[in-house]
This record gives sequence, structure tokens and C-alpha cells, in this order.
Amino acid sequence: MTATTVDTNAADHDDHDHGPTKGIGRWLFSTNHKDIGTMYLIFSLLMFFIGGSMAMVIRSELAVPGLQFVHPEFFNSMTTMHALIMVFGAVMPAFVGLANWMIPLMIGAPDMALPRMNNWSFWILPIAFGILLSTLLMPGGAPAGGWTMYPPLVLQTGDAFPFLIFSVHLMGLSSIMGAINVIVTIINMRAPDMTLLKMPMFVWTWLITAYLLIAVMPVLAGAVTMLLTDQFFGTSFFLAAGGGDPVMFQHIFWFFGHPEVYIMILPAFGVVSEIIPTFARKKLFGHDSMVYAASCIAFLSFIVWAHHMFTVGMPLTGQLFFMFATMLIAVPTGVKIFNWIATMWRGSMTFETPMLFSLAFVFLFTIGGFSGLMLAIQPADVQYHDTYFVVAHFHYVLVPGSVFAIMAGAYYWLPKWTGHMYNEKIGKLHFWTSTIFVNLTFFPMHFLGLAGMPRRIPDYSTQFTDFNTIASVGAIGFGLSQLIFVWVLLTAKKGETATDRVWEGSHGLEWTVPSPAPWHTFTTPPKARIANESFE
Amino acid sequence: MTTHSDEHYYVPHGSHWPAVGSLGLLFLMVGVSSWLNGAGAGFYIMLTGVAIIIFMITGWFAAVIGESESGLYNTQVDASFRQGMFWFIFSEVMFFAAFFGALFYARNMSIPWLGGESNNFFTNLLLWEGYESTWPTNGPGNIGGEYETMPPFGLPLINTALLLTSSITVTIAHHALIAGKRTQLSIFLAATFLLGFVFVYLQGVEYIHAYQDLNLTLSTGIYGSTFYMLTGFHGMHVTIGAIMLTIIFFRVLKGHFTTDKHFAFEAVAWYWHFVDVVWIGLYVFVYWM
Repeated sequence: MTATTVDTNAADHDDHDHGPTKGIGRWLFSTNHKDIGTMYLIFSLLMFFIGGSMAMVIRSELAVPGLQFVHPEFFNSMTTMHALIMVFGAVMPAFVGLANWMIPLMIGAPDMALPRMNNWSFWILPIAFGILLSTLLMPGGAPAGGWTMYPPLVLQTGDAFPFLIFSVHLMGLSSIMGAINVIVTIINMRAPDMTLLKMPMFVWTWLITAYLLIAVMPVLAGAVTMLLTDQFFGTSFFLAAGGGDPVMFQHIFWFFGHPEVYIMILPAFGVVSEIIPTFARKKLFGHDSMVYAASCIAFLSFIVWAHHMFTVGMPLTGQLFFMFATMLIAVPTGVKIFNWIATMWRGSMTFETPMLFSLAFVFLFTIGGFSGLMLAIQPADVQYHDTYFVVAHFHYVLVPGSVFAIMAGAYYWLPKWTGHMYNEKIGKLHFWTSTIFVNLTFFPMHFLGLAGMPRRIPDYSTQFTDFNTIASVGAIGFGLSQLIFVWVLLTAKKGETATDRVWEGSHGLEWTVPSPAPWHTFTTPPKARIANESFE
Repeated sequence: MTTHSDEHYYVPHGSHWPAVGSLGLLFLMVGVSSWLNGAGAGFYIMLTGVAIIIFMITGWFAAVIGESESGLYNTQVDASFRQGMFWFIFSEVMFFAAFFGALFYARNMSIPWLGGESNNFFTNLLLWEGYESTWPTNGPGNIGGEYETMPPFGLPLINTALLLTSSITVTIAHHALIAGKRTQLSIFLAATFLLGFVFVYLQGVEYIHAYQDLNLTLSTGIYGSTFYMLTGFHGMHVTIGAIMLTIIFFRVLKGHFTTDKHFAFEAVAWYWHFVDVVWIGLYVFVYWM
């Protein structure tokens, strides 16, 4: 995944350096969108394995009833840290990495609009996660109150508490700066004749995602700031005796939290919308309707947050409003799913690894979408709330959803990054093991949840044993399967040389530059003719 | 082939300032956290972090100003900065929205519920018997003890006048800049940041009065919490804005900015209008209504 020093466009520019500097400075001081994208991707893979090993602890403990490996307190730390790391450390940075690499290439820009700030967005992340991971060694242990940080429980965190708050602040800072960069790049740096509706879907979904990020990350910062002042400076935001309300935290948190889940899935929609047309060898069906659907989803994401809180006590009108608003999201999401299917209809399809991951995405994400509709029904949610059904739901949309899309994108663009084809056989092995084990892990959780097994508890009643054991076997299998991906990466430069187009059905500006993409691309905006050809 | 022309988007060489900034943030965050946990050394680690961050901001802005003055930025780079500033201010708006949201939620939801409204009769009867919901309040537990509220028509009204005036002076300064009247520009810019600093000073006077005479503190229940967090974050933004205006003032004295290229001036002016608008919201909902 390393960018190359070959610079075929050297003649076209003279006002900046021609090739990367040597040594650590290249990465530490980088202003190159490809290098920064690479760092984001490697960082997110590292976090994926750290967060994943925490999941292994959770599933090992739950493999059989009773307490076997860890203390309940540490188990709670594992669920909390697993979520924080996977959400903020693995999924989000992976999409930012893909955005960094691909958006300038897709729109014909020389780099991100604000290259130094781009560097800072990345280099805040190792600080943030260094601080967060260091809490594992602190008196009182790592945060154990859940990633949602509900008071008053989270206020019982030990020395880790302020470190948790400030690491969340840093993640927010990084996300906001990254999002500003993405928006400005897309709005200001497009090739002259690329109108908004000619933009590729990945660029579109990221534009909407970046807007969501700027709108809600500051709200999360506000929420955790209130936690901090409640704990250390005597404020009463979440203290009923002072006129505040613990439920108020949940409202503010989920005003961030619900758009956040679309922040994690919209770029995935974008990746899949790039890949399916390529391997179906047809244009994306309903490009413009996809744009409107994604915009609708983004708008709706702001008015559905309280469906996470159906059991905390809310006025009936509030419950009805949030129930119906939530169900409305199925409409634009359905538009997207049907558009992907229509794109494949009568296409001449081939099934390379990126396409396999994308197809699994469409199918398995839809399962997560349907369980989401079940959860949206307020009277039913009273039964499902805080059970393994919820765990099954959000893991279906996040693992075979977001993570599969990231994997699909990685396989799809890897030849453009490295200049070589990855090993297709190993890629397919990675896909099939991942897909089988991910279902083995999360499908039984639906049954567990409907039968009443609660989340976030290290022990369970013996009637739940069989499904839990199956899920644990699946989880270990899924974890090991990801090592195959590391193998793919390590052998990525050993395959045959990739052509510029890489895939037979590929389309778009990113396929007009050489493979591997030179360190500098599009130092002058691409010519209208080239650009037009690639849009059609 | 064009050389060094307007067609080229300026992509800077590698920069060490972001890495310095990250190091500063590490010291700052670890320092504040350990200080809050009771480790005395944390305070000094925090100060080190602050120093590194000030060093970073100074160096980074100096580099950007230098590049701007040497003409490296074409109109497209200028547009990037403008849009970046716009979205940054939008993110600030959303940060304040969280605290305004808390204020409105407390006033319209949680406090009436504590007083037994909606279906909360038993909450009131069993947990907080006799509590009647009012605003302002420090809650049914009388957290922070007896207090008086900050009357809206004394200092806060003067502060409102100061900030509104400063928004006018910065606009006059902007028109003077466009018209090339440098003296008028300097005078009205100076007036703007002086009004800003006077505002911050009076806010300090008001806080001391509130703490010493009114027993209105950060711990005065939800009223004290929202009052100080909203006005406090706003005051912090006014301070930052006034410092930025001061720097723009000295850049004007050094002869920076032309009648048609002066993004930094405009960015700070936008920021100043933003803190002004937040203040109007504050004055209406925190002090007055």
C-alpha cells in the first residue's frame, strides 16, 4: 500500500517538491493526500485488529455460561473499548483514508484543498487512541460504562474518566478537520467541467458524510464537556437534584449518535456504488436518485435520534414521532438497494473479490436494515431494547455493512495504489471465510435477543448456551480470517502488473492515471475531453 | 506549459507544524487529565502543552502569512480558505447548539417534569415533594444554596451595546479597506478589538459580582451550569476573536492586505459577527427571558 516515487507528471509542475522526502519525515510532515490516505488506512487496520482482539476476549468469555477468563469489570471495559475503537479508530479513519486517496483522483484535483490540515487530522488520531488505550493500565481500569458514556454510570469511571473525555475531544477535532477538508476539496477542486451531478457516487456520499460530521461532532464535544464539568466543576447538567436530567445526556448524545451511524454507512454506499457498475459493466442505475436518496437519509438522520431511547421515558407524542420518522428512512434506503439490483440486472457480471464483498454487502446490510425496522417499532422495541437483538442488528450493518464495503474498496483500488494485482485466490478465500463466519457470529444473536438475553453482561442463563457457543466459534473464525487480508497486503506487490484501467468495466478519472498512481497527479486540471469520456 | 501561473493550485511542501500541534495536544490533554485526577505535576505538563500549541499556532500562521504575502495563493486557494472558514464557523455554531439545546431541554422538559407535569405526578410526589417548577432554578435539591439571578438590564445590556457597536466598527473598517482608506481602517479596527477587550473585562467584573455578591456560581444547579457554560464559552470566543483582530490590526500597520485580497481580515470579521450573533441568543435566552 505504499505510494511510489515515480513521478510521470514531473514536467507539469514546478512550484512544489517533485518526490517524497526520505525517512520518517515523509510521513510525519506529509502534505500528500496519497501518503496521508495510506497512513489512515494502515492506522485503521491496526485499530481493527486491536478492537478485534477485544471482541475475541468478549466472545471467549461468552463461549460458555459462567465466568471463565476475565472479571466482569474488565469485560465491561472490553465492550466499551471495543466499540470506541471500532467506531472512531477503525471504520471512520478507514473511510477517511479511502476519501484521501480517491477523492482527489476522482475529481481531478492535485491534492486535498488544505494539505497541512489534512496531515494534522491524521496525526491527532495516534495521540487520541494512545491516550484512550493507556486507560487500560490506569487505576480503576479502562472506561466500562459503555461507549455511549451515559451518566451517572460513566461518572463512576476511575482515573480513566478525564482521559476518556479528552480522547473523544481529540477524535472529534480530527474528524471535523478531516470533514472540512473533504467538503472544501469537493466543492472547490473539481475538474472544470465536472458539475455536481456528474460526480461519482463515492464523492457524493462523502460530501454528505462530511456535512454530517461537521454538524454533529461538535455536539458530541459539547455532551462530553458537560460530563466533564459535572464530574469536576460542580455543574448539574445531568443531576436531577440541580434541575438537570440524565436523560438529557442521552438526547444530546444521540443527536450526535444517529447521524454518526450514517457517517459510517454513507461512504460504504458510495464504495459499493462504484464497484457494482464496474463488475456489472453497466452504468449505475439512477445516479441522481441515489444522490437524492443519500441526501434524504442525511436529513432524516437528524430527526430520529430518540429511537435509541424508547425505554427511558418520553411523552407518547415523542415516541410516535420518532417511530414514524425512523421508519421513513427505509424509503430512501430502499431506493439505494433497488438501484444496485437494477444496476446488476442484465449486466455481464464477473465476480472478483471486490464484487463479492459488494454483493454480500447489499444482501447482508439489508438484513441489518430489516432488523432496524423491527427495532423502530416502539411497542416491540420495549421487548428488544438492550438485548442481543440490538447487538445483532448493529453488527449486521457495521461488519458485513461498513467493514465489508471497506474491504471491497481496498481490493478494488489496491491495484491502483500498488501497481500490481493482488492474489485473487487468496482474496476470494478471505471473502468466503469472512462471509461464512460473520453470519455464524451474528445471526444466532437475533435468536438470543428475541429470547431475552441482555447485552453487556459477562454471564448468561444456560438456555442461551448453544447459540452463544456458535457465535463464539464464528467470531474466532472471523478474527482469524482477517489475517488472510494481511497476507493479501504483504503479497500485494508480487502480483502481475496492473494496467491503468485495472478493471475491464472501470470508469472515472482515477483510472486515467497510471498504476501505481504517481506521487503527484492532476497538477493541472484534466482536459475536458478526457474528463468527459470518463464520466460517461 | 505554464510556470508559476495562476493555474497552479499551491500545494505546500511538507510541514512540521501539524506534528508539533499533535505533540502539544498530547501534553495538554495528558496534563489536564492528570491534574484533574489530583496529580500536581499535571498542571505543568498542561502548561507545557499550552506553550507548544501557542508556538505551533504562531509558526503555522506565520508560514501561511508569508506564503500569502509572497503571492503563492491564487483565487482557488483563496476560495479553499474561505470555504474552510465557513465550515469551521458552522462547526462552532453546532457546538453552541449543544449548550443551547441543554438550556431549552432543561427549561421546557426536565424542570417541568420534576415539578410533576406531563405524566410525572408521582416523580414529583415521591422524589421531590413540594418542588414547583420555575425558571431560573437551581433544582429541587437547592444545589449551590440561595442565590440571585443576574439582572439583564445592567452590565449585560452595556455588553450587548459594546458587541453590537463592535460589529458596526468592523464593517466600517472593512469598507475602508475596500476603499483603500488605510487610516480609517486602522482606527475602526482598533476600536473593534478594544470594544472586544472591554467586553471581556466587563464580563470578568460581572462574574466576580455574581460569585461574591449574588452567590451565583457554576454549582448553582442547572441555572448556574447553563449560565456559566454558555457565557463562559462565548467569552472565550470573544477573547480569541479580539486577539485575532489585534493581529489583523498589526498586519494592517505592516501594510498587509490589498483592496481586493484580504481573506484573513474577512475571516476574522466573519468570526466576529458569529460571536456577536451567539451573544444575541445568549442575551435573549440566558439573561432576559
